[in-house]
Amino acid sequence: MNFLLAVASLWEREMKRFFRDRARVVGAIAPPVLFWFLIGSGLGPKVLQYYFSGTLVLIVLFTAVFATISIIDDRKEGFLQSVLVSPAPRLAVVMGKVLGAATVGFVEGLCFLVFARAVGLPAGLMDYLWAVLVLALCALGLTGIGFCIAWSMESTQGFHAVMNLFLIPLWMLSGALFPAATAPVWLRWVMRVNPVTYAVVGLQEALSPMRAGGAAFASLSSCLIVLAGFSAAILAFSAWLAGTAAAG
Amino acid sequence: MTAPAVALKAVGHVYPARKKSPAREALKAVSFEVAAGEIFGVLGPNGGGKSTLFKILSTALRPSSGAAEVFGLDVIKDAGAVRRRLGVVFQSPSLDAKLTVRENMEQQGRLYGVRGAELAKRVAEGLERYGLASRADDYAGALSGGQKRRVELAKSLLHRPDLILLDEPSTGLDPGARRDLWDHLKDLRAARSSTILLTTHYMDEAENCSRLILLDEGRLAAQGTPAALKSEIGGDVIAIESADPAGLGARIKERFGVSPAQVDGVLRIERESGHAFIPQVVEAFPGEIRSVSLSKPTLEDVFMHRTGHRFWVKEEEAHKA
Repeated sequence: MNFLLAVASLWEREMKRFFRDRARVVGAIAPPVLFWFLIGSGLGPKVLQYYFSGTLVLIVLFTAVFATISIIDDRKEGFLQSVLVSPAPRLAVVMGKVLGAATVGFVEGLCFLVFARAVGLPAGLMDYLWAVLVLALCALGLTGIGFCIAWSMESTQGFHAVMNLFLIPLWMLSGALFPAATAPVWLRWVMRVNPVTYAVVGLQEALSPMRAGGAAFASLSSCLIVLAGFSAAILAFSAWLAGTAAAG
Repeated sequence: MTAPAVALKAVGHVYPARKKSPAREALKAVSFEVAAGEIFGVLGPNGGGKSTLFKILSTALRPSSGAAEVFGLDVIKDAGAVRRRLGVVFQSPSLDAKLTVRENMEQQGRLYGVRGAELAKRVAEGLERYGLASRADDYAGALSGGQKRRVELAKSLLHRPDLILLDEPSTGLDPGARRDLWDHLKDLRAARSSTILLTTHYMDEAENCSRLILLDEGRLAAQGTPAALKSEIGGDVIAIESADPAGLGARIKERFGVSPAQVDGVLRIERESGHAFIPQVVEAFPGEIRSVSLSKPTLEDVFMHRTGHRFWVKEEEAHKA
């Protein structure tokens, strides 16, 4: 029970910190939506539809991953130190942070997902439910990646560099901008090992199964399995990372 | 026989070499014990090993050698059990500036397994006792330094720890807030018979402790009650202010055969029967002396006596390094 209490408490803190900061709430969702609107408007309604899933993932990436940057500030300000000398287990500390950041990304993603029908994607109630599930797993996995990077970083500037050099390319090579079917063979391999691909393709499958263009790449169920496996693995790795660092 | 609140057995720590700095030995085989109910001081200049010792006791750092125990529990092997009995106040503020004072306290309480009505009751008590009730729903970031320190103390006590660790609790506090903090510490000890261990580089603060150790360059330089430590110096300390301290110092040496130390423009002489020496000096150099004071040795004198160097010089060097 104390384990859940610690997780819930740290999760609640993330919620309060995020939703009290209006600049962050707007700042995370506005840029991806703007990119989507500008690029999509220029290239036509087909692209607006195709790019919808990629935008969803980008919103989650911006929100969830940036929320994990707060670990760096927590460490600097001494908050993390006081948590680490409390009896709360390491796994609870990791879960509180990751679940908190993931929830934030998930909620912002939901705010955009409700517009799927408005842009002409033929999504029914079941489709939405599948999309919500993909979105949740995507938020969890991406936050896990963010946590592992942020944990070993000493400055937020360093995090931004990693974001630009590693995370944004991961997103670009996920089928968000172009489908795997039209990519050269070597790129297709990169896309196959890129976990973000399964989030984007999963959303495309759920929201527009006929027109995804990724249909040959992976089915919705295999996307869900990959995402669930990846999220579990990255959470386990995060907990291990936090355990070793605290002991050292 | 009950275990002492704290027992260190030849604890040493070496920070491994990093890219830009060589390996550094911060603690060298330090051993001491703290009995339950003491207010125990760890006095030393910055860079003396206080923070390393503090981190080891708070379970934030594994010592490279030796063993540290809290109520008979090993800080590494029984870290979980040790943590439940500790209340830790770090030097760097651990408050979340974006949460209110009450939320900060609730957050901390839950990490220690306190919840529900019991948590609300203890938070309310803490806010009341530390004069924070009117600020309970303000963001922690908006508080003054003294108020923040009081929140830190209040929240570290929510789970009723047996041993309270405070790292440089007075640093950055104005004299009023420092006095206030000490009233609270003495209160705690009396009311709850808690054991308190604090690090400090303030001599006057160390004087308030029931017992203390002196740490210098990672070594235990001395330990005992403030009175016992000072009594080993004996004699008196005479301080002379003058417009020309260097010149006067030289003339005193010539005339009386004692060489005064010059500390911040003030001449200091340690000797027996200071009361008899003062009239001689004043009569020998009329007009040159602005003021004379006679005092019993301080802990600073003890430090100089034991280590052979001044307390603050070390810090200036540490800052340059």
